[in-house]
This record gives sequence, C-alpha cells and structure tokens, in this order.
Amino acid sequence: MSNVITDKDGVKRYLITLNVNGDEHTILVKGNTTLTNALRDQLDLTGTKRGCELGDCGSCTVLFDGRPINSCMKLAVEAEGHEIITIEGVAANGELDAIQQSMINHAAVQCGYCTPGMVLSAKALLTRNPHPTEPEVREAIAGNLCRCTGYVHIVEAVLAASRGVLAPDDGAHATAGGAK
Amino acid sequence: MSKNYNVIGHSKPKIDGPEKVSGAAKYTGDLKFPNMLHGKILTSPHAHARILSIDTSEAEKLPGVKAVITHKDVPTLKYGLSPARWDENIFCSEKTRFVGDKVAAVACLDEETCYKALKLIKVEYEVLPAVLDFLTAMDEGQPLVHEEYARNINTEIHQEFGDVAKAFAEAHHVRTDTFIGQRTYQCPIEPHSAISMWDAGKLTIYSSTQSPHYFQHYIAREFGMDIGDVRVLKTFVGGGFGGKLEPTGLEFAGAVLAKITSRPVRMFYDRAEMFAHNRGRHAQQMEITTGVDKDGKILGAYANFKMDGGAYTSLGIASAYYAGALLPMTYEFDNFKFDMYRVYTNLPACGAQRGHGAPQPKYAFESHLDNVAKDLGIDPMDIRIRNARRPDTVTPNDFKINSCHMKECLERAREISGWDEKKKNKVPGRGIGVSTGSFVTGAGYPIYRTDLPHASAFIRVNEDGTAATLYTGSVDIGQGSDTVLCQMAAEAMGYRYEQMKIVAADTETTPLDFGAYASRQTYMSGTAVKLAGEEVKKQILEMASFMLSLPPEDLDCEDGIIFSKSRDDKSITFQEAARKHFVLRGPLMGKGVYTPPKLGGTFKGAAVGTSPAYSFGAQIGEVEIDAETGEISVLGIWDVHDCGKVINPRLLHGQVHGALFMGMGESVWEEVLFDDKGKIINAELANYKMLTAMDMPPIESEVIDSYEPTGPWGAKEVGEGSTNPTLGMFSNAIFDAMGVRVNSLPLTYEKVWRALKEKREQEAAEKA
Repeated sequence: MSNVITDKDGVKRYLITLNVNGDEHTILVKGNTTLTNALRDQLDLTGTKRGCELGDCGSCTVLFDGRPINSCMKLAVEAEGHEIITIEGVAANGELDAIQQSMINHAAVQCGYCTPGMVLSAKALLTRNPHPTEPEVREAIAGNLCRCTGYVHIVEAVLAASRGVLAPDDGAHATAGGAK
Repeated sequence: MSKNYNVIGHSKPKIDGPEKVSGAAKYTGDLKFPNMLHGKILTSPHAHARILSIDTSEAEKLPGVKAVITHKDVPTLKYGLSPARWDENIFCSEKTRFVGDKVAAVACLDEETCYKALKLIKVEYEVLPAVLDFLTAMDEGQPLVHEEYARNINTEIHQEFGDVAKAFAEAHHVRTDTFIGQRTYQCPIEPHSAISMWDAGKLTIYSSTQSPHYFQHYIAREFGMDIGDVRVLKTFVGGGFGGKLEPTGLEFAGAVLAKITSRPVRMFYDRAEMFAHNRGRHAQQMEITTGVDKDGKILGAYANFKMDGGAYTSLGIASAYYAGALLPMTYEFDNFKFDMYRVYTNLPACGAQRGHGAPQPKYAFESHLDNVAKDLGIDPMDIRIRNARRPDTVTPNDFKINSCHMKECLERAREISGWDEKKKNKVPGRGIGVSTGSFVTGAGYPIYRTDLPHASAFIRVNEDGTAATLYTGSVDIGQGSDTVLCQMAAEAMGYRYEQMKIVAADTETTPLDFGAYASRQTYMSGTAVKLAGEEVKKQILEMASFMLSLPPEDLDCEDGIIFSKSRDDKSITFQEAARKHFVLRGPLMGKGVYTPPKLGGTFKGAAVGTSPAYSFGAQIGEVEIDAETGEISVLGIWDVHDCGKVINPRLLHGQVHGALFMGMGESVWEEVLFDDKGKIINAELANYKMLTAMDMPPIESEVIDSYEPTGPWGAKEVGEGSTNPTLGMFSNAIFDAMGVRVNSLPLTYEKVWRALKEKREQEAAEKA
C-alpha cells in the first residue's frame, strides 16, 4: 500500500511506484491524478496522448498487464503493482516493432495523434491472437478513433504485420476490404 | 501518359513515420518550457447575454493563480479571418453571443488550479432572447446578434451568369428541390493548443496551426506589432481539416497572459471547448432549380441558399461564396444564378471544413439531378456523362479549367463498381448511387489582401553533399506534405529522398508559405520546391561540368549520380560535386517562389473559387437498407479521381480514404446538436458519432492517368475534393434502394425509416 502524505492544505498525496516499460518510478500523486497525466506530466512519456479525457477516443491507450486500456480512465494510484507499457516501450533497443514498421510502410500514419494508441491496441491483439481475421483487427482497434485515414491502411498494416510481411505491394491502385 | 520518375510517383515512406509510431513526436500540448504556466479561458454559459459585471477578486486570491484577465486587459481591436467582416473580440465586453464566447482567462501554476480559478470568477449576466434558428433569423422582430448587422445578415450574395429565366423558359423540364445540410465539426483528434512566450518585446507562439503565416499576420495586427516581432511555429499537428486555420483565444489570450506574467503560458481546449469554438461546416438550406432539355442536358441552374453562420464570421464569407461558386464545376451549363444569405445566429461560428463550402451544395445538386433523371426516365449515370465537363473549358462564373477527366472518372467508376449489372439485376433493398466532385487546387487569391507570393522554399545542401534540407513554410498537419515536398525536392535536384531533411512551418526559420488550406500545398508549395530543386541542380551540373570537363548541357543528375548524356564512362556522384561546390563557392542553395497567375472574372466575389487547376472525381456507393429499421449497410464504395500526376500513391489514396470516411460520417451519422438554449448536447466523441474501424465499408480508390499542364510534374489536389461527392452519393444510393428521398443531412436510419413509413402509408391510402 502506498504511503499517504497530507499537505498543508489538507490534500492527500500518495507516494506510489509505477512499473512503466520495465522501469520503476516512485512518484507523488494526488488521488485524482489520472494515469495519463502521471505518465505525461511526471514521467515525460508524452507519447500517451490526451484526446478527450473521457475514454472515448483511445489516444491515451496503454497496456495494463498486457491489456489495452484508456489511461485517462485509470487513476495513477490504481496502477501501482501493475505492468504498464506505453508507446515508448514498444520498440525494443531502438528497433521498431513489426506493427510500427508495417504502419510506416503502409502509410497508415497521417497526423499520428491516434497512432500510439492504435499501435498498442494492435500489439495487444497480435500478442493474444497472432493471426487475426480482418473483422478481429477492426474490432480490436474500434476503441481508437482516427480522423485521418478511414482506417484502411491501418487495418492493412496490422494484417500485414500478423503475416510477417511488412512491405505493401506498392502501386497506384489501392484497394482494401472492409468490415461486413 | 505520365512519365516515370525516380522519386516522385513512388510510395516513399513518410518522413515523420518513425517519430510518430514510436511516440517521440511532440505536439504542442506535449511541450514544456521552464517556468511555464497553464492557462484556461472562461466562456459564456448563455447563448446571448448582456454582461452586467465581472468580479475576478476571489479568483485572484486563490493560491497558484498568477493572472486573471478580462476585456479590460486586452486590445479591443476586432479580428476575424475574412477581412471584409472582422467582428470578434479577444473577450466580450458588453454581451456574449454564443455558449462558449470568451469572457475571461486565467494563468496558474497547474491546470487544476485553472479550473478552480474559473469557477471563482463571478460574472453577472442579463440573459437576452437568442437567435437559434437560421431560417427565421432574418425575420422582422428577431433580436440582433450584432447591432451593426441589420436583420442578422452577415453576407448577401446575388450572382447571375447568362440568362437563367430564358433557359428555364426554353427547357423541356424544370424542377425545384429543397435540401437541408447539418452543422458538422472537424474533430481533429489533437485538441487545439498554444504556448505563448515573450522575450524583449518579441512574441513567440507554438501552436497547433494549419498556417503559421496567417496566425502571425493576424496576431501581429491585433497587438499592433511588426510581423517580424511575432514568431509562430508548430511542431507536429494532430489533424486540422479547416478547424485550425485561424488564431483562437488560446493564442490571443495566451499572449496577453504570458506578457502580464512574464512567463510562458500553455493553453489548450478540452474536447467540449473544441466543439464550442467550432468553426465547422455551416448548416444550410439549399433550394435548387434546374432546367433540362428532353435528353437531360442541363440548360441552367438556380441555387437559392441560406446559411447558418453562427455568432461570428470566421472564414464564412468565403464559405458562402464557395457554396455557389463550385456548383457549376463537374457539369457544363452556361446559365447559372446564385442567391445566398449567410446569417448570424447565437451559435458557435462556422468556418471552413474539408471541401470548404462545396460538399453540402454538391449533396443537394446531385440528389436533385437524380430526381430530374428519374422524371425523365434517364439512368443517373447517363445524365452525368451527358453533362460532364470537358477539359479546356470555362465555367459560367469564369473559372478556367485545364485538365479534366470527369467523363473518364464516371466511366471507370461505372466499370469497376459493376453499375450496369447492378442496375439491370436489382436486388430488393439494395441501391447504388453515383455522384461527382471537383475542388480547387489552392485558392487563386490569399485570405487577406496582399501581393506577397503564395509559396516559397529554399534548399540547402550540406557541406559534403550527404544531406540536403528543404526549408518551407508549408504545413504538414498529417496529410504528408513534408514527405511529398521532400520527394519533389529530391526529384528536381536529381537527389535521393532518403537523404532529404525538412524544416517547415516556422515563420522565423522558413520562407513564407500560406499553409495548409484549400488543398494547395502539393501544387503551390510544390511548384516553389521544384524551382528551388532545379536551381540546386543547375549549380551542381555547372560544378560537375568543371570537374568532368564536359559542357553542362551534356550532363544530367538522377538519384544522386551525375552522368554524361553522350558518354558512358563519365560520371561522378552528387556528393562529390556538392562538396567541391562548397569548397570553391560556399553553400550550395536553391530557392523558389510561386505566385498564381491573375485568375477569374471581375464580378463581385469573382475571386472565390478561382484556382490554377481543379481536381475531378466520381464516387459510386452501394447500400442495403433494412426496411424494418432503416439501418443502412454500406456494401462498397468506388472512387475514381483525376488529380493530375500522383506524387506518392499511398499517401494519395490515404487522402481519398480519409475524405470518404469524413464524408460518410457527414452523410449518415455526424451532427452537432443543440438544446433549446443554444448549448451543444453532444460535445464529446461518444455522441458525436465519428465512424470506428468497424463501421468502414470496403473502399476501392483509383486514379485516372492525368496531367495538369500548369502543375509541378502535372500534379493537382486530392485532399479536400474527395469529400465532395460522398454525401450526394449516399443520398442517391438510398434513393435507388428504397425509392424515397431523405431531404436533410444526416441521412440517419431514423429518417430513412420515417420516409419508408410515410411511403407505405401513402401507398396504403392510395389502395384504399
């Protein structure tokens, strides 16, 4: 259990240890500090984006014991004792993950604001289901809103990563199947 | 046929891809500066209210509050984007005009304190009757949103080209239909942010902006500064779609807060505040009358529109003109009349959203054209091909069209969608619809009056030739302009894309460019970049000529290799020649600049809609309707585009997919809804129904081999124009499926269900 300190105004602060991307960080947070804000403001892990702060857009997605969650809907104090992976923890030793490389190759990134969350939701999917069908990919990223791409290249990129083929067959003609 | 190139025409990976997929990319809201404060704006809870008093004393006493400002602390100069109607103030002084109008702002040590401080500011209001319905806003006795604008008229347009009355008199068939378009919102996933800071009387603002130049111009104007003393720059921008084209309270109030506190101040809009700031697509009523001959050839058209401007002008004058100006694009007819009133209401201001002004009028016109085709017993595809615009023509409102493959787009879409087969063997409940679109490749004239060029660029090759940096004021908001412009620079230089770097969108370090709007950058910024690259190439070939003892005309450079056109044994690398150039002549640099030619007619409003080139496209969609529930399933969409030479195919198709996705949302799901007090009731993403990955149908996107003679390598636009056909395409597919026309957007399941119910009741009544 975390240590509790009461400040001069009577507000409680919690001394917590977060395990983020394999590193342990001991920080002081308020009871109402969201995991998103703790990651961004105190650990400078700004790859976790703030898009709506209501759990609607998925920009703040992190992996919580391997499961994708909206970190804006999780209090920092609730995250103690859990393994958190942020987008900064996906590339191992500077080597991009297959999903990340596939996203680049397929031009699945436009403005990039939804991309960290998208990568993490896809990562969680491929970890538990290495060979998903297209509807399974669409379902897995349905909680991550993208305003730029219409999801077409994102779905292609995730499916390609699942097949270990990271490069698209390039051409002026692009087609993609969708959800039925 | 377009030629093959080394760098352009290939799907090069995005230059910012690695930073974006790894989470390293910093957006404005991710930046921190030493000693930085946080700021928030207090807004009006009433649609229309007189401000009786503002008491900030309690807020000022709260520990952690560093500044509280109201109208007394800021310049009172009115601002806006359309120069003909500056009507907005940093803070309201006498009255507020919509729920969300700016009243005061605070700067505090942290965000939480900001929210507490805002609650402690006491504003006494006298609530006034509000104008919430744009259709009655001009009526006698309505309250005035701005006292100086009688009958709440913001913009009034009356244009006539040719003789519409004569055309209608001579027509075989004349028909009128009326449609309603809804208010939508751009909804970029990145909220607007700005960080303002002062140093020795000079102001620097980091902003999530589509145009550092327009921000710089309008911010300098507001504070009476030289533009040289205002620096605006962006890092990464998380989408704009038109909503980040004008400076907001975040920049104006933020600059004042930063000045008062002598500290950097970071401001942002949360999701609800973004909706309240708005500047999204106007709601409008569109009455369209068309006269055709017995074969369906359009003889003349009359568009009679009314537009809900909201409380301020924003870029709305242009939106109002665009609504009519782009109607005669995809079909040829000589007689065209356009009447428009853009009215003020006590709702958030509307502005430019992807496809600026054009998608809803296109929805109305394309739906109407299908009604006309049905009256005449003509296939909707045939009536379009019969009227399709041809290349090298001039529209009735004086837009010069160069390249145009409208007919080929329609024919190809017909082929790949299986149109004829689907029309012949109609499956009950299923329908197929077609629509067209066209858009400007950059606006022919700037937003404010100036003789400055529209785009400029320079390229610097480093001292040993192993890298080159493109400097451009153009703005990558996600569409990929940084990538495409680096491809163009490398192609023009004879260099390799992989060795290009870019510095963009910073008014201090990059040369002027008007930014990301009106789908202009590939063409306009690209032309400047191409010239800059060609200047580098000319110099490097001169140096190589000296090194190889061959005439420069005999040399060329491709993919980083300089070679003799006449001899196989003579070549050197770009790097060798670039290094030698630096040693002997200093930095190897090239510059380019672009100004459009004088375009358009001389009538009032002739400038809006002018462009050096226009894209064209056709979309076909197939839907299946559940007659019990009205639910619309989209079975497939086929888009065929004429966008000139394609610079990066994957990025191009990504633009089409994204535009279609936004258009689909606007067609069936998205709408900003208000309660009876003018407050938005769905100012969050759960209830403003943006499509998810599960909602997207299969999309097939194709391009016609096309070459625009005025464009860089023959390129035209794609980013905005692809939204234009979508709304009409859905309307027509639903019409084809059910034989009922829903005359207002969005074409929701409920509206479809109600229309079907009415049809059934009518049929039953007829039987009885």
